[in-house]
Amino acid sequence: MRNYLFLLIFLLTLIAPLQAAPTAQGTPEGNLDQRVQRIAEELRCLVCQNQSLADSNADLAIDLKNQVREKLKQGASEKEVINFMTERYGDFVLYRPPLKATTMLLWFGPALLLIGGLIMLYRRLRARVAAVTDPELSADDRARAAALLEGKMDNGSDDKKSGGKARRR
Amino acid sequence: MSRWSVWIWPLGIFTVIVVFLGVGLTLNPREVPSPLINKPAPPFELPQLHAQDKTFSQKDMAGKVWLLNVWASWCASCRDEHPVLIELAKSGKVPIYGLNYKDKRPDGIAWLNRFGDPYVLSAYDVQGRIGIDYGVYGVPETYVIDKAGVIRFKQIGPVTPEVLNEKILPLVAKLNG
Repeated sequence: MRNYLFLLIFLLTLIAPLQAAPTAQGTPEGNLDQRVQRIAEELRCLVCQNQSLADSNADLAIDLKNQVREKLKQGASEKEVINFMTERYGDFVLYRPPLKATTMLLWFGPALLLIGGLIMLYRRLRARVAAVTDPELSADDRARAAALLEGKMDNGSDDKKSGGKARRR
Repeated sequence: MSRWSVWIWPLGIFTVIVVFLGVGLTLNPREVPSPLINKPAPPFELPQLHAQDKTFSQKDMAGKVWLLNVWASWCASCRDEHPVLIELAKSGKVPIYGLNYKDKRPDGIAWLNRFGDPYVLSAYDVQGRIGIDYGVYGVPETYVIDKAGVIRFKQIGPVTPEVLNEKILPLVAKLNG
């Protein structure tokens, strides 16, 4: 019996959003909610700085969300609301900092680092490939290699000669 | 040359990163630069805390250099700065006006009765609307407003004796001079 009750409650919680959805989309009030939400996600909560307004339940965040709602109700555009906030709290309130001279490094720094890293990687790999490439064997070298393989190495003047070759390379 | 460059590059990059991180560590993340500095103080007209039937507006202060101090009875660090404000009020160097922010009127009045009242008067911003206009996000905050009604300085967090003596008072003297 108790289990059934839990199941029923569980199922009701699944249905609840479905019921809420049509009204939320149908009325302008619902649209307003979505717009408030959208703006709140773009704005930083100043009390708890790593949260957006939408995520935060801080007192000030709630006030600011109400302010956003009110502005929208008065017919302000989303851009106007964002401007209203930056006029008071500065660019810091934006989760997406605007592109200006002072934020260039912020925006393009990571890309620059990536490009720099790729260039370095490329050059290093090229250098490595060049170092690893087999040197052309001369007829002399071949003959010596063949001799070595056959176990007929002679420890005399030949050795010195090849040493000289290696150094030349 | 090549042996050097092997070491110089990582060392150089490391140094740059250390410098950036070092600067980042010493910045106070709570000090958000206010866009209101050197802008006209946002207009308001609010009832006063004590005299409910009277109002206070930033316009009343035209032609004077004054401090607007945002405070509340629920604000713990307001108590830390309170003795500093009391002393400042006694010295008579600059008038302090309060903005009682999101408080209950009896609580605010009781708080002033208990700890002393450094304010010429306090405006009563129960909804925190004017607070938002002033970009308040951490009480206490203190604004220095000049004769033309322009915000010249904003202190976020308690006014310490250092801030008062090194920043606020010299600025007030300059603005008055």
